Amino acid sequence: MLVINNLKASIEGKNILKGVNLEIKPGEIHAIMGPNGSGKSTLASVLAGRDLVKVTEGSVTYFGKNLLEMSAEDRAKEGIFLGFQYPIEIPGVSMVNFMKAAVNEQRKHKGLEPLSASDFLKMMREKKELVEIDSKLANRSVNEGFSGGEKKKNEIFQMAMLEPKLAILDETDSGLDIDALRVVANGVNKIKRPDNSFIVITHYQRLLDYIVPDVVHVLYDGRIVKTAGKELALELEEKGYDWIKKEVENNILA
Amino acid sequence: MSGNSEIKDRYLKLYKDNIERISGNSSPYINFFREAAFEKFKTLGVPSKKDEAYKYTNLDTFFEHDYKSYFMPAPSDFKKAEEFRCDVPDLDTHGIILLNGFYPTIYDKLRQLPSGVWIGSLNEAAIKFPDKIEKHYGKYAQSETDGLIHLNTSLASDGVFVYVPEGVTLTKPVQVVNLVQSEEDMFNQHRNLVIVEKNAEISLIVCDHTLSPQKFLTNAVTEVFVGENSHFDIIRVQNEHNNACKITHTFIHQEKESVTSSNNITLHGGLIRNSTYHYLGGEKAESYSYGLFLTDKWQHVDNYVNVDHAFPNCTSNQLFKGVLDDMSTGAFAGRILVRKDAQGTNAYQKNNNILLTDDARMFTKPQLEIYADDVKCSHGATIGQLDDDALFYLRSRGINKRDARLMLMFGFAHELIKNIKIEPLRDRMDNLVMQRLKGELSRCASCLVKCDNLQNK
Amino acid sequence: MEKDQNKILSDVTSGEYKYGFYSDIETEQIPKGLSEEVIKVISKKKDEPDWLLEFRLKSYRHWLTLKMPAWAHLEIPPINYQDIIYYAAPRKKETLKSVDDIDPELKKTFDKLGISLEEQKHLAGVAVDAVMDSVSVKTTFRETLAELGIIFCSFSEAVKEYPELVKRYLGTVVPYTDNFFASLNSAVFSDGSFCYIPKGVRCPMELSTYFRINSANTGQFERTLLVADEESYVSYLEGCTAPMRDENQLHAAIVEIVVEKNAEVKYSTVQNWYPGSREGKGGIFNFVTKRGMCKGENSKISWTQVETGSAITWKYPSCVLRGDNSIGEFYSVAVTNNYQQADTGTKMIHVGKNTKSTIVSKGISAGRGQNSYRGLVKVLKNAAYARNFSQCDSLLLGDRCGAHTFPYLEVENQTAIVEHEATTSKIGEDQIFYCNQRGISTEDAIALIVNGYAREVLNKLPMEFAVEAQKLLQISLEGSIG
Repeated sequence: MLVINNLKASIEGKNILKGVNLEIKPGEIHAIMGPNGSGKSTLASVLAGRDLVKVTEGSVTYFGKNLLEMSAEDRAKEGIFLGFQYPIEIPGVSMVNFMKAAVNEQRKHKGLEPLSASDFLKMMREKKELVEIDSKLANRSVNEGFSGGEKKKNEIFQMAMLEPKLAILDETDSGLDIDALRVVANGVNKIKRPDNSFIVITHYQRLLDYIVPDVVHVLYDGRIVKTAGKELALELEEKGYDWIKKEVENNILA
Repeated sequence: MSGNSEIKDRYLKLYKDNIERISGNSSPYINFFREAAFEKFKTLGVPSKKDEAYKYTNLDTFFEHDYKSYFMPAPSDFKKAEEFRCDVPDLDTHGIILLNGFYPTIYDKLRQLPSGVWIGSLNEAAIKFPDKIEKHYGKYAQSETDGLIHLNTSLASDGVFVYVPEGVTLTKPVQVVNLVQSEEDMFNQHRNLVIVEKNAEISLIVCDHTLSPQKFLTNAVTEVFVGENSHFDIIRVQNEHNNACKITHTFIHQEKESVTSSNNITLHGGLIRNSTYHYLGGEKAESYSYGLFLTDKWQHVDNYVNVDHAFPNCTSNQLFKGVLDDMSTGAFAGRILVRKDAQGTNAYQKNNNILLTDDARMFTKPQLEIYADDVKCSHGATIGQLDDDALFYLRSRGINKRDARLMLMFGFAHELIKNIKIEPLRDRMDNLVMQRLKGELSRCASCLVKCDNLQNK
Repeated sequence: MEKDQNKILSDVTSGEYKYGFYSDIETEQIPKGLSEEVIKVISKKKDEPDWLLEFRLKSYRHWLTLKMPAWAHLEIPPINYQDIIYYAAPRKKETLKSVDDIDPELKKTFDKLGISLEEQKHLAGVAVDAVMDSVSVKTTFRETLAELGIIFCSFSEAVKEYPELVKRYLGTVVPYTDNFFASLNSAVFSDGSFCYIPKGVRCPMELSTYFRINSANTGQFERTLLVADEESYVSYLEGCTAPMRDENQLHAAIVEIVVEKNAEVKYSTVQNWYPGSREGKGGIFNFVTKRGMCKGENSKISWTQVETGSAITWKYPSCVLRGDNSIGEFYSVAVTNNYQQADTGTKMIHVGKNTKSTIVSKGISAGRGQNSYRGLVKVLKNAAYARNFSQCDSLLLGDRCGAHTFPYLEVENQTAIVEHEATTSKIGEDQIFYCNQRGISTEDAIALIVNGYAREVLNKLPMEFAVEAQKLLQISLEGSIG
């Protein structure tokens, strides 16, 4: 469903992605790991359509279409979901209004009638249970005053509401205690179907105990330098990233 | 600093020509203040941009204008007022209507509600309750710098009186509808007095409407006394046409442990200036001052807030926001004064503004003046655009750019609307704000005047 | 605990002014008073060209039409401008052989202030122009700097040696009509420093001017003009002190800075004029107009000031950001103790596109001191994408002082982002307790916290000055702390 070919991108003139290649098929879970500053979040931003990041070379094809030509909202309507590393607080906008607008935009895109208020609230209730989110959160402003864990759960809740084809979770595990981590992971597993895919960006292996990836990639200095099965995550946990760095440097030297 | 001398002469003549007529309809106690107040106005004049408190607001075009009618509409006009109906659904209130600053009922000028609360005409109250008037009238509306307050004291003929006896909680809000309607351009001044005795509670809604397209200038003073441990809320909804100028001065005097809030919501109006003075005159009092304005075309809205912490352990909070479109301009000046012995003060102030066009302009002046050390005070002010990160967040959920912008602006405004505790009014305000932001409300709601035709007249 | 802290805070106010001595130097003075005649005398004494005398007279005539500004949050006692001596200069001794020789008394005075007029003894890397009362007594390292084409000399010498440069820039940033004190200065200014950094030159050493008031009854009216040509850089320092006297003395200076394309000027001040006695007697009235013009693209001005002295301070170092992408910065620590009053801040006028400004102001009030921040951020209509951030904090030590904040934000461009934040608080008891718990005494804790509070600004000062300023900060606040 997603093919990334030699993707290069920069932020404010600084090259961050230096030629990323990646292919994701329906039903797959890909984990992207890597040290700080390797370009993981930038990759997520490019896929979601953030203007701040400028693509300088390469292509991204999503279900045969040129993803890079689409606006952020069109990508969302086509089923791409980004779980933000730092979800944005939007004072004064209630979660209900926010989600209603998002869900109905997507329905309109699919040629469906907007949901009635009662159907929508019913859907909210179901999904809230699915991700074990406190029902009071839904009545508050988007992310405003949420704790770190609540914000992350709220991302998973939104994902459940929008039922994306490709969900990109950008360090959704960071700052979570073990209980919240389990809730987030369970949410993901419940939403997972044979026809949707996930990109799970993470620092640590522990999230992957709960969300088992099909493929693990290591992103380093703007490139994917290693790709293997889920055992790679364990190896990284044990040895850290230094050996990867050394390996990369040796490869360059050789 | 004294204002334009021609303007002063005009009002001098006005005073001389009309003072007998005005005094004749007023109580001796209210008349007692007139001459001294006029002398004060003569020294201070109409504020100009040279006055620090009016630095960003030019009143000249409205004060230079020759208004045909200054006082007292004919009795037949009162009928129109009675025909006015507030169209906010499910809003259940005790209503008072003021027409051009007068209490427009010939009989029943002062009525007592079952709870014991009195509402009605200030003039009538001055006759019926001279002791209450003497205790409070003219005690809070004081200024050494603003001539308009003195102009009001010298010339105002009537206004609203509200009295809440000790221990009474009025569950239904009192709604004052200020209607301005005339065949001729008109200047009107009214004076309101609200007395809330100990352990009492009341909410006041003030709605400003213009019903005819003439040029109007209103200069209104409201004095509020809030007794010990009482609660008082005032919500002002301003919805006037582009050729109207509204100047309000509201003085809220608080005794200890009282809690008050003021919320000025300006949806529409040509030139609007709201001055709100909060005096925390007893320990552990709390005051909340809010304001929201949405401007377009050539409109100008100026909010001036003064919070005076005179006693220890009080809390105050100010939040004012503006969204400015077209070539409109806005001003905000907020002052927190913490007096020498007001230890344990918590005082906060925030002013956020969004400019939507390159021709819109905003001037803001948040100020702290602090003479006690055990305080927590802060202010913040911003002038800018919608937050890019928030915009992207909404778009990444599939919401298109226009709707996302609208949603953010609505959220920006809703932070003030949400402080309205009266639910039907809150819903209505949300609704009006949304319409206003969508550009569907290019004239004020429930207004019959085709305001657009009045541009630049 | 509370009581303990109050005692320490009151001890804090007993710090003595360390620079309050008077040097018995033979001085040439003109009689008190101000008139066209007096201005002509000053001009003649300085052997000035006609155009400069004209400039002075024009300024004087304009000054006569002005009233002293009353908008500042200051209580200023009436000033009798006829009761001030407008020119005083140390008399050159006949016995001295060459012009470069300095009166040993003068040398002693500056030694005592920690400013050596002998190049070899001075801190390496700092050139000094030493000004006493109305004249410059010595400028060090002139020759070394001249090799790079840098002009660094007293204002009077510049008028004689580089009249075209002075004429080209004088009054272009602060016109003689600018304000009451600027007009007064333009009429009677005595001396000051002149500095020109040519194209492409990075000035290898810190340039500094040290101002000393010595004579009684005199006013000091110096004028500094600093021009940084394209692609150049200079860091400039300014220090000042005065003897302890019971009467007030007036100081009304002007600093003008012009910065061309891609050039940068860092201007640092440690202002330590005599602040008056603990009872509020005497002290300098400090009314200063400082303004820099970022004329060219990518130019930058950074003001840093540590204001500990003066009975009254009225001062707003400002930046006019005319060049696209130009940057203005203002970092300030202002201390008012005893009866000191300060109304200080900045103006950032955004004219060009993508201009940026940063304001960090830290006020510290103690005793009965009144400390006000006053600032203007103005974004003009064409200043697209202008950005400003202001942070103005106030710290209160004691319950009889005051801390005030008066920002003005005026924005006329939609793409601009202007943010202002301010907080006022006293030293947190939890902070002191935290220090106590780690074995730090309460008085050390206060010193530590005040220093930490001012750190962001002190860090902007050149190294040698930062140490000096930190000491000064402690001295002006403390008796026992240190």
